[in-house]
Amino acid sequence: MSTHQERLQQPSGEPSHHRQHGITLPVIGFVLSIILTLIALWAVMNRVLGAGSLIALILILGAIQIFIQLFFFMHVTESKGPNWHAWMLALGLVFVIAIVAGSIWIMAFGALSY
Amino acid sequence: MPASVTNFATHFFVTGEPMIYGADVAIVLVSLAILFVLTYFKKWKWLWKEWLTTVDHKKIGIMYLIAALLMMFRGGVDALLMRTQLMLPNGRFLQAQHYNEIFTTHGTLMILFMAMPFIFAMFNIVVPLQIGARDVAFPYLNAISFWLFFVAAMLLNLSFVIGGSPDAGWVSYPPLADLPFDRGPGENFYLLSLQITGIGSMATGLNFFVTIMRMRAPGMTLMRMPLFCWAVLSASVLIIVAFPALTAALALLLIDRVAGAHFFTMLAGGNPMMYVNLFWVWGHPEVYIVVLPAFGVFSEVVATFAKKRVFGYASMVASMMVITVISYLVWLHHFFTMGAGPGVNSFFALASMIIAIPTGVKVFNWLMTLFRGRIRLTPPLLWTLGFVPNFAIGGATGVMLAVAPADYQYHNSYFLIAHFHQVLIGGTVYGMIAGMYYWWPKVFGFLLGERLARHAFWWFNIGFYVCFLPQYFLGYMGMTRRIYTYPPGMGWTTWNFISTLGAYMMGIGFILIAANIVQSALHGVRDTTGDPWDGRTLEWSLPSPAPHYNFARIPTVHSRDAWWEMKEARRRGEPVQESTEPLRPIHMPKSSGRPFILSVLFFVFGFGMTFNWYVMAIIGLLGVGICLVLRSFEFDTDFYIPVHEIEETEAAYGRS
Repeated sequence: MSTHQERLQQPSGEPSHHRQHGITLPVIGFVLSIILTLIALWAVMNRVLGAGSLIALILILGAIQIFIQLFFFMHVTESKGPNWHAWMLALGLVFVIAIVAGSIWIMAFGALSY
Repeated sequence: MPASVTNFATHFFVTGEPMIYGADVAIVLVSLAILFVLTYFKKWKWLWKEWLTTVDHKKIGIMYLIAALLMMFRGGVDALLMRTQLMLPNGRFLQAQHYNEIFTTHGTLMILFMAMPFIFAMFNIVVPLQIGARDVAFPYLNAISFWLFFVAAMLLNLSFVIGGSPDAGWVSYPPLADLPFDRGPGENFYLLSLQITGIGSMATGLNFFVTIMRMRAPGMTLMRMPLFCWAVLSASVLIIVAFPALTAALALLLIDRVAGAHFFTMLAGGNPMMYVNLFWVWGHPEVYIVVLPAFGVFSEVVATFAKKRVFGYASMVASMMVITVISYLVWLHHFFTMGAGPGVNSFFALASMIIAIPTGVKVFNWLMTLFRGRIRLTPPLLWTLGFVPNFAIGGATGVMLAVAPADYQYHNSYFLIAHFHQVLIGGTVYGMIAGMYYWWPKVFGFLLGERLARHAFWWFNIGFYVCFLPQYFLGYMGMTRRIYTYPPGMGWTTWNFISTLGAYMMGIGFILIAANIVQSALHGVRDTTGDPWDGRTLEWSLPSPAPHYNFARIPTVHSRDAWWEMKEARRRGEPVQESTEPLRPIHMPKSSGRPFILSVLFFVFGFGMTFNWYVMAIIGLLGVGICLVLRSFEFDTDFYIPVHEIEETEAAYGRS
């Protein structure tokens, strides 16, 4: 069996696996996403717009939120190797559109038939 | 005793049912027995070091497997209780409330706490070995996933004796599940345990997606990957995109119940149908999440036991990818009867029928793989062959249900019950049991005996048809789901009686599987070669059970069925890669107790929220936060296994 010291030793020539990330980027993202949430809450609580435009506003805020998540937290611009994440994002977009558009289409039931 | 204490206790503990008291006694006795055995044999340290703190994917897989089998037993007992109640008209075995609780926990346990851990068991046991990796991409997160699932399962099962079980069906639709109609803590148990296990499932999905994308051995391109890994990849994609919808639906319903919001209430601007919509945005991909890994298992099993390459590899991959995408576009077929209009219903009916096509392609590919193969009828292949007719019937009745106008007749009848049991048991359960038999020697180092395995299969398989085919007829005769009793003279008695007999046969089948495991553990044939089935993929190149670092040297892959090709090359006398390279120190993750502690704190949070004890909930949540912060500042998370230790381990396996 090996000694404790030996197990901790890192073989020479291998770079450390821990890369340092700055803390500013996630903090900015965090603040921005909170601001977006507060705008949404404020707009709905005070009924600043009509129902239709309010829904549109919420959707736009949601779309901005997605980009903040991608750039500030998920580091979408940093990658090594093939850009699988681009494919995944495209697929994610298909699914998001399916849920949002599908749900609106489904939940508008009755509106047409009456 | 003061009146307040008595009052609290009678509400806190479930009272008034002899069977529940029996369960109380059983739980206390079993817990005491476990504590006694662990203390008597001085196994506490072993339990903590080897299991509770492990981040090894193989051990986590074993724990998932044990948990899945236990939950299958628990959910199976629920099923037998229900079938006993329905065996004869005017049954008096269960009260209405008790029956409601049992069908709710049966569904919830079987989907989220049996099928999910069973597929995760296979993910963990197989994927890193098949792609030539030493662990998953995020081993620490993997341990968190397991322990979150585990505490969530305990939380839900606790509801049986404390506070009362959820009783609004496994789908938990509002308004029935909303506060005015369901005051007890039962629904909170449901919401919180699903939420907690949902975090774990989400993390597992991400973990295996990254593992498969980034950790394959050199030379293993995506199109050289074993089909099981492709199945795991598609299931992972579905987990990642589907689970957030469940999280949102459950969170909103919890806010409704706890904070008096109106997302899903009948009045004040709420819309209960939105819950139904969100639930099935998750719910339909979920059934593909649990069945795709089973498809992967069947692909491995038919290729191995026919001694042939899988027929139509590329079309298998393509059909799995198509299923992944289309399964996301069919969710409305669970609620055609909501009446969303002809346009909506037609779209989702068509999408639901289209998904049968890629599934059909896969069935034909499996059959073509078997065609003119050198077939060995081992237990894994037996379960695979049992699956084919099952899934054909289940698929055909599925297409019948997908016809939206006809669905108005089938909806919530026993026809539907028979259909989804046929695809979920016939697909997922058969697949997972086939996988269990197939990879058992790799995990535990011995084979499961064939004689008992055959008996188990035939009891279960025949019992399945005896149980569920009558339910199609009952559906046609107008019997609806979730009724706890029915009068005589409906013409249902005979079919119900037969169906119950079938359920008991399946129960015997399960007992035989358990007996098979025990018997083989004591007297089983040891797997000394590491390759008992003459397998085709890389996991069979390792000794059984695999050393904790899996591969002493990461193999280089030149083709599909990499291990088969290596064996062929060796038979032809060509030089092979093994033992030409020097060994190098292996980089491994360190064990950590924090995933377990974090999950227990999640349990504290969940239990507090269930009873609206907010102090307890906040303490739990704070603890979770502290664990996360501590992890963020931890840098000493891994170590290197030195070369001489690898040499000693390999020598102990008789390999150089």
